[in-house]
Amino acid sequence: MKPFDYIRPERLGQALSEGAKPGSAYLAGGTNLLDLMKTGAARPERLVDITRLPGLDRWEWGKDGGLRIGAMVRNSDAAHDPDIAAAFPAMAEALLSGASGQLRNAATMGGNVMQQTRCHFFADPFSPCNRRAPGAGCAAQGSDRRGFAVLGGSDACIATHPSDLCVALAALDAVVEIAGPEGLRETPLTDFHLLPGTGPEGHTRLAPGELIIALRLPAAAAGFRHHARYLKLRDRTSFAFALVSATALLRIEDGVIAEARLALGGVAPKPWRATAAEALLQGARPDADSFARAAEAALQGAAGHDAKITLAKRLAARALTQAARGTPARVPALPGSVHSGETAHV
Amino acid sequence: MSHTLNLTINGTAQEVTLDDPRVTLLDLLRERLHLTGTKKGCDRGQCGACTVLVNGRRMNACLALALSHDGAEITTIEGLAQGGELHPVQAAFIEHDGMQCGYCTPGQIMSAVGLIAEAQAGADPERIREGMSGNICRCAAYAGITAAVLQATETLTEEAERA
Ligand SMILES: Cc1cc2nc3c(=O)[nH]c(=O)nc-3n(C[C@H](O)[C@H](O)[C@H](O)COP(=O)(O)OP(=O)(O)OC[C@H]3O[C@@H](n4cnc5c(N)ncnc54)[C@H](O)[C@@H]3O)c2cc1C
Ligand code: SF4
Ligand code: FES
Ligand code: FES
Repeated sequence: MKPFDYIRPERLGQALSEGAKPGSAYLAGGTNLLDLMKTGAARPERLVDITRLPGLDRWEWGKDGGLRIGAMVRNSDAAHDPDIAAAFPAMAEALLSGASGQLRNAATMGGNVMQQTRCHFFADPFSPCNRRAPGAGCAAQGSDRRGFAVLGGSDACIATHPSDLCVALAALDAVVEIAGPEGLRETPLTDFHLLPGTGPEGHTRLAPGELIIALRLPAAAAGFRHHARYLKLRDRTSFAFALVSATALLRIEDGVIAEARLALGGVAPKPWRATAAEALLQGARPDADSFARAAEAALQGAAGHDAKITLAKRLAARALTQAARGTPARVPALPGSVHSGETAHV
Repeated sequence: MSHTLNLTINGTAQEVTLDDPRVTLLDLLRERLHLTGTKKGCDRGQCGACTVLVNGRRMNACLALALSHDGAEITTIEGLAQGGELHPVQAAFIEHDGMQCGYCTPGQIMSAVGLIAEAQAGADPERIREGMSGNICRCAAYAGITAAVLQATETLTEEAERA
């Protein structure tokens, strides 16, 4: 690991001025950053530890029922809070389907949104990677595309965004609150992550030195709480990144879909909101036909790995079907799993 | 530049001076404080062998920068037994053969202590297996591990009710 200076500011202003200095990186839970520093993929010269900044480690409810979650709230605390899980069950399920109990205790909301791709060439400094070393080439092109993007990739980069949380946040119309040298600004989560295009090195809209201070969930997003699911296919039922995942949210009135939200994970370089599918579902009956058509629309134009595309369609339809059946009373024992507890007992 | 941090480790307050900020909590415990009960498996957050409690919450010591945890209370496997008596989770692992080679065991036990404190899994074996998925056992002693965590959950719940 490259040597670095360590700074632990206690005020936001101080953190921002330290973070703006060249070579700086913010340290939150450290579960992604330290990992990449160990492989040599991340080589910051200064770590600005944001764990002691006041006020970022709590959440507050708005009078209208919206929720503002501080960037330093730990993934497990947000997921286990009964009120948060009741209002935004798909977010709780997405969080609990990710990583492990230990990691979720350390991982922060801001860090989860900012986490880097799990492309193994990115993590390995000896592989050519445009995202890590602009212009070096992309070792993933021509390799097996199963773990890579089938939507939104480019010749420069086909890495996927690995976060489960962000797939739920995209569907929920979450807003990212950002502090920087010029003051505060905000952006919708769906605009926050960038597609690679010709320059994949900047994967979010965060400018150097800017800091996420909170994520906001609008009150309207809680309107989907009765019909909400997050499903995740992975190579083992727990403690694995998504091969494909889907957040499905429905509002059903008089037997008809009044409003639908669908977002996919594991298939694109950013959490992928499927707006064409949502438009098809509005006013439709919540049945197998509607969901199959929506799933087709969601994967329209996908290319690179046929089996993965088929899986993604099936998972999207399955998530919509399960959402239509109703949100489970409690996050299932196997969060995000398509198995509902009927696994063989060892 | 050297950095000083204060940690309470297994109940004892300690001041530690680091000449290099790169030290993880895991390397601090093992290499500098010689508490080698906590194991290093992957050093990447993928196996759980390094699990310790930080302020009562289970975490991977290999992905925790020691300096970032200045002021924390750390509990390792060495700090579980009290006055020569095994912690109920330790006793349950022995009773149910929750191990074979034993390398993952300190991490499994610390993770189980953290899981039971989180009070999310209760006595549901499926939730216990899911809750323990961050601890990989190369010997696949999973059946015994699940049985041990179930029993320890019961013991600790009874103890809490009596208190
Ligand atoms: C073995 C393993 C399995 C995992 N499995 C999953 C999984 O299944 N699903 C999933 O979604 N995730 C998974 N993760 C990833 C995990 O969720 C992330 O590592 C974690 O959320 C990152 O949060 P952190 O607080 O530890 O961030 P850090 O590691 O501290 O930071 C990550 C990045 O974000 C930046 N950053 C952090 N906070 C801020 C902020 N407030 N403002 C601006 N920049 C910031 C840092 O500078 C750094 O670049 C896994 C990780 C591991 C190690
Ligand atoms: S897919 Fe992206 S992250 Fe992976 S090697 Fe290519 S450029 Fe790098
Ligand atoms: S050594 Fe920490 S998780 Fe493997
Ligand atoms: S007992 Fe050998 S690795 Fe678990």
